Parts: sequence; structure tokens; C-alpha cells
Amino acid sequence: MPANATAPRLRADLLEIASLIEPGTRVLDLGCGEGELMAHLERTKAVVARGIEIKPERVVDCVAKGLSILQADIEDGLQDCEDGSFDYVVLSLTLHLVSRPGLVVREMLRVGRRGIVSIPNFGYWRIRLGLLLRGRVPRAGYYKEPWYTTPRGHVMTLNDFRDFCAENAINIEQQRVVAAGGGLSMALARALPNSFAQLGIYVLSRNSASPSPARRA
Amino acid sequence: MSGDEPQMEQVALRPDLPPWQQPDSVGIVQTRFFTFAQPPDEMPLDSGAKLGPITLAYETYGQLDARRRNAVLICHALSGDAHVAGYHSPEDRKPGWWDAMVGPGKAFDTRRYFVICANCIGGCKGSTGPSSINPATGRRYARSFPVVTMADMVRAQKALIDHLGITKLLTVVGGSMGGMQVLEWAIQYPDRVWTAIPIATTPRLTAQGIAFNVVGRQAILDDPNYRGGDYYDSEPPTRGLAIARMLGHITYLSDESMHQKFGRQLRDKDDYSYEFDVDFEVESYLKYQGQSFVERFDANSYLYITRAMDYFDLAARHGSVAAAFRNVQARFLVIAFSSDWLYPPYQSRQIVSALRANRIHFAYYEIPSNYGHDAFLLEKERISRVIEDFLALNYARALAEEGR
Repeated sequence: MPANATAPRLRADLLEIASLIEPGTRVLDLGCGEGELMAHLERTKAVVARGIEIKPERVVDCVAKGLSILQADIEDGLQDCEDGSFDYVVLSLTLHLVSRPGLVVREMLRVGRRGIVSIPNFGYWRIRLGLLLRGRVPRAGYYKEPWYTTPRGHVMTLNDFRDFCAENAINIEQQRVVAAGGGLSMALARALPNSFAQLGIYVLSRNSASPSPARRA
Repeated sequence: MSGDEPQMEQVALRPDLPPWQQPDSVGIVQTRFFTFAQPPDEMPLDSGAKLGPITLAYETYGQLDARRRNAVLICHALSGDAHVAGYHSPEDRKPGWWDAMVGPGKAFDTRRYFVICANCIGGCKGSTGPSSINPATGRRYARSFPVVTMADMVRAQKALIDHLGITKLLTVVGGSMGGMQVLEWAIQYPDRVWTAIPIATTPRLTAQGIAFNVVGRQAILDDPNYRGGDYYDSEPPTRGLAIARMLGHITYLSDESMHQKFGRQLRDKDDYSYEFDVDFEVESYLKYQGQSFVERFDANSYLYITRAMDYFDLAARHGSVAAAFRNVQARFLVIAFSSDWLYPPYQSRQIVSALRANRIHFAYYEIPSNYGHDAFLLEKERISRVIEDFLALNYARALAEEGR
């Protein structure tokens, strides 16, 4: 148990991810930052959480929270992880920033029984509209900063991501959406996610007949 | 930069007072001695030989708490000793070797923790080693001293910890060779350590590491004054030992840190001498390091301790590095430095992989630093910050645990 009993508010998408995780499971959080999600899961769900984070200062923050943390690049930090050694592998708002997203998702689903991925939606209506009317990438939704100060990485919509999963035999077990601005925008986001969700959250598993590798001695 | 932030419970310095009276210093300290393994109960060694009696020189700082859960064991590196912090006398010019880390308000806060460090066996700073008198013969051991291993050094430390009445150490911490001992502790005595902090170390010395040791030893062995190790009544092999130390210092720095520290600067001159005396700053630095080392270190100890490092290989002894950690219970904080080429970060990552394979709670922190291997003595702020938090949390955990 971390001695620090104060529970800071979790970012909306992280709260949504936390709600998808069963208590008492093993969770690997890729690009875990300061470890807010891991601390929340350990505190509220008796989860065994492990994190990977590339920024040294954030590793120190994780240590200060009593978290188990590996300072590494997520694109090679999973190499020595055994198959199926986690129930969930979480990758929050990072997939679009890695150089080989396909490889990272494959690794996530090798190491974990399930992957949970959150991605920014480039198909969000304000982005579409801004692009159409102004001919410039608007600063809306997740894309608040100008292109030259942010590592925007790959640009994709929620439908693009669904296509990627279909082509790679990845099963989408659940989809959740995040949209700022109250009840109406959430209702719209649920009805038409590709146009009205700012973020999409996906629970993934391997779409194969092979048995789950999670139950080992 | 995190280093600029004020530390928790920082202690205000007093410019009017001498170093040993500063509020963040442990002050004047004394080395103490513990002797055990009296014949016929000598301590068995990995080599099959036995050693006894064994004396350990050690120092302690701070107070053991009522439940004996605040004990921190520091393991020193190749040329270190038990004198970690404070001063032996008001006249001492330099404090102990890790004074930056041990004292009131420092990472190992002596208002909170009980800190222990012992000179390793085979050493020459008060613990039994080749320069000690063998009571059986009345003469110095010299080369009749048995070759010891890291595991032997740790077994001896364990006798001291028992003697001090400590059932479980809050942490064992050390850099370089000290880090090897940290690993040995967690592996040999899994129920005697809550946490382990290996810094800039390796689960097995590499061929490159052995190679540097080989050259250092060869310089000593080839010194005409070495005389098969029986030099205690004559001129010691200072030239060989100085060369060994010079080589060592090269491996402790980095290309970048040498460039920053010396560049191509000349030493007290504007032009080359077109001779072979000291021209460059780096030349002067290495010579100085070599010369000052021979005044404080025994050549035979250098041979024995580097040999113990050569033999350190957890994979060979346990089948694999992962297998070595099978019964480990301690939580780990593994620290490495980006520019360390003597014990590069990938070697700390091997420790981490083994911890991960055994589902042991760990944190791996790779500090970006230009200082090379020496960073473990120089990156004070960054190391302090992470250790402070790690220790505080785990001390709370240790106190929360049932039993005595």
C-alpha cells in the first residue's frame, strides 16, 4: 500500500480505462507517466501494477508513489516479458506516437491476455470541420497544440483503428468513448463515435482459436 | 532540474562552523571492530578454505529504533572502506567516501535510520586481509591469505549484522562492487532484507571488466618490489599499484567527462615539453590519483578484491541470472547511469529482467549523466531524491509489518 493516502482526481480517459479492469489482476501500464493510473488501480482494485516509462523524472515520481516501474522505451521494454504474464496491458494516448504501432500492439497482446488502448480521434467533427473550412489542422479535442510543438505522430480516426484491428486479427471486445462537454456530446459520441468522440478506448484480445496463455503455474 | 528543489526536512548549514560541526554532518566518528570465527569455528569460504579469526572494521551512524527496523547496510566499492561519513578527527581534511549521502537531512537520514558500513574481508582498512597478521604464524598473511568471493564478503557482513542484533535490514545499498554485494545479500539471505538498492553494477562481471582487472593486477605482479607478495618489510610495489589505479580511474570516467574535465589542457605550461614529463592535465590527474592511492591501499588487497570481482557470476552459480533471484523477497531499486561504460545500463537491465521473471517488485531508474561510472559518487541530488522516497515508503511498510 502506498503511504500516500491522498487520491488525486484521475484524468477522464484513465478513469474510463480503470473501470474496464477487473480487481485483483496483473496490469502493465505502458508509458505510465507519473503512475496515476497504477496508483489508482492498486488503491481501489488490489491490482498488481507494473509500469514502463521513458522519462527519468517520471520514474522518480512513480518510485515516490511506491510503484513498480521500469525506465525503458516501450518499443523495446517488453522484449524480456514472458508471454501472458499480465491480465491487461494498457497503452493510454501513446499508440499514435510510437514508430511501429503494429508491433507494439502485437507485443501487448503477447505479454497480456488483453490490451487496453486509448487513441485520439482525428475524425472528431471539429477537426473535420476546421480542416474543411479553414484548410488548417484545427486545435480541437486532443489536438490542442500546434503541429510543430507536439509529437503528433500518426494520424488516425477511430474507424482507421478498427480497420487496423480487423486486418491484424485483433478482436475488439469493448469500445468506450470520451467527449468533453456534458450529456449531449457524450450521447452523440456513443451514437456516432467516429465523428463525435474525442478519444476512443478499446479492449483488445487476440482473435485466434489458441487457448489463453494466462493461466500458468 | 530536480536537483534544485529543496530536499525534505533540509538542514540549514552554518557557515560559521567547521565541516565536522555542520548540522548535516554525522560529526566525529570512530571505526569499531568485531572479531568472530575464532578457531576451531573458522568461516568456510567458497574456495573450500577456511578463514578465522575474522575481524571486521565497521562504522555506524544514527540509532537503531526500538523495533530494529531502520537498519541500512552500505557496501563499499573496490577502494572504499567502512568510513562512509563524518570525520575521524577535527583535523581530517576529507569526510567519509559517501558523506554526501549519509547524515542529518541527507538521503540516508541519520535522524531516522541506523547506517552501517563494514570494510570487506580481503581489504586493508581494518578488516582481515592479506596485510593482517595471521595469528597462527605471527606473520602477515600476504599471499597465504585465501582467495575470497563476494559471497564470502557478504557472509562475513552477515555475522556482523547478527552481532548487532538486527534480524532484518531495511535496505542494503551499494555501488559498483558494493552493488554485487547487495545482490548477494538479497539472494543469500532473502528473509533478512526488506529492500535492496544496487547501483551501477552487474549480475556477472563481463570479459571487459575482468580484462581491466587483469591489467591492473599484472602491473602489480610485475613490479620488482612485489616479491611474491612478501613486501611488507621492504619497499612496497607502489609503481605497479599506481598504474593499476590510473587504469581504474580511466574506466570510472567517460569520454564526455574527460573532455569536460581536462580537454587537451596543458598542465602549468603553454607549449609541449617535447619530453615525457607531465604535459597534459589528464596526465597530471591520473598520476596524482595513482600516487595518492598507494599511500592508502595495499597491493595484495587490490589483487584479492579484484579477483573476487572477477569470480562474481550469479548466472554460473545458480544456472541463470533469473534462477539466482528465485527466492528473493526484497523490493528492489536498481539505479544505472547512461554514460557508465564499466557497468553499462544494459547490465543493470539484466538484473531487472531477472527480477521481472520472478515477479519481484522493482523500480529501474537510469540516470542521464555524463560522469561515467563515477556518477554513483557524483550524482548526489538525483540519487538522493529517489532513495529518500523509496526508503521512506519502505520504512513505513517495514513498521507496518507484524511481529518483532
